[in-house]
Amino acid sequence: MADTMQFDLVAPERKLASEGEAVEVMVPGADGDLTVMPGHAPMLTTLRPGRLTLVTRSETHSYAVTGGFAEITPEGVTVLAERSLPAEEFTREVHDKLIAEARRVHEEAHPSVADLTAKLLADMEAMGTHMTL
Amino acid sequence: MPSLKDLKNRIGSVKNTRKITKAMQMVAAAKLRRAQEAAEAARPYAERMHAVMAGLAGSVKGADNAPRLLGGTGSDKVHLLVVMTAERGLCGGFNANIAKLARQHATKLMTEGKEVKILTVGKKGRDSLRREYGQYFIGHVDFSDVKRMSYDEAQSVARDLLQRFDKDEFDVATIFFSVFQSVISQTPTAKQIIPASYEPEEGEETPSVNYDYEPSETQILADLLPRGIATQIFTALLENAASEQGARMSAMDSATRNAGEMIDKLTIEYNRTRQAAITKELIEIISGAEAL
Repeated sequence: MADTMQFDLVAPERKLASEGEAVEVMVPGADGDLTVMPGHAPMLTTLRPGRLTLVTRSETHSYAVTGGFAEITPEGVTVLAERSLPAEEFTREVHDKLIAEARRVHEEAHPSVADLTAKLLADMEAMGTHMTL
Repeated sequence: MPSLKDLKNRIGSVKNTRKITKAMQMVAAAKLRRAQEAAEAARPYAERMHAVMAGLAGSVKGADNAPRLLGGTGSDKVHLLVVMTAERGLCGGFNANIAKLARQHATKLMTEGKEVKILTVGKKGRDSLRREYGQYFIGHVDFSDVKRMSYDEAQSVARDLLQRFDKDEFDVATIFFSVFQSVISQTPTAKQIIPASYEPEEGEETPSVNYDYEPSETQILADLLPRGIATQIFTALLENAASEQGARMSAMDSATRNAGEMIDKLTIEYNRTRQAAITKELIEIISGAEAL
């Protein structure tokens, strides 16, 4: 079994990162964080807002993602994130804006999806701690 | 017979026109390159999305509890045509071709006794369809102050569509846009997005992997379907942006060429007239001298 895998982080507008030698990837899954290593069973998971960490042999990169989904195969991980940026660029202002947006969505939301938007808002707020702001 | 001065003025004005069309062509060329890059950059996401959706959709196909966005509302009475055109003209047949395709569809649906509703994205499409189909318009999305198409715009269109779908305003939605083939060829295309149809593209193999789903397959599908629609709209918007610039570039190229030809023709006429005037004066002088 290979000890590295392919990692791709794509946003609708561009490919944000592509790394052929990922050792492990930590993904903020909707039902909890998970770490993917080469040879992982194929799975699809949606993401909650949080920190995505990529570990290669020599480096560690972090990204902030606000949702999307990850496709995991034994050969690699593809993360399709609607919005995502390197952790260094994730500042308090960005975070505040995201929280404000989530709050607005939650307030305008139909009662039937209020639970979901409340979760999104809570996740969004918790994201600050994850990203160590 | 126009006078020398008239001709000179006309040559001057055509020269000015040529300058403008030439400048527009160059601007369009630069914008086209950027639009193409944007379309190129967006491809990986759309492709992955499509592949995942095709796999997911295939596995729930035929199931009774398939989401409405995939399985449809069970009827196809009300059709929504989303006509995406440019905000600006002077781009050859670009807007007209999309509007024509939409018009054909609308006429066909109406003869089949279906109800048609139209949502326009882009001012030009609204203008050209208003006279005939004005009463079917249910909305218009204005992107005239958007400089660069971003995913947010696509999302706002998708959200609008989904809200209308939830309110049962329509059963089937089709988007009309232009696929960028090359600078000289853009194909107006109609694509049904609701209910979503994810047929594997030709030559593309359907992933046969059995995925684990987290949370559940149906939940993921419910989460992804709206994203899939937004992605398709985004792709369409980007294709449209590239097509528009491509169409404008070739339209302005031929306009520049035509202006050049016109200048040549007018210059010949100008020289002939000048020559004729000189000859006439000479004859007058000579006959005047002979009369002495």
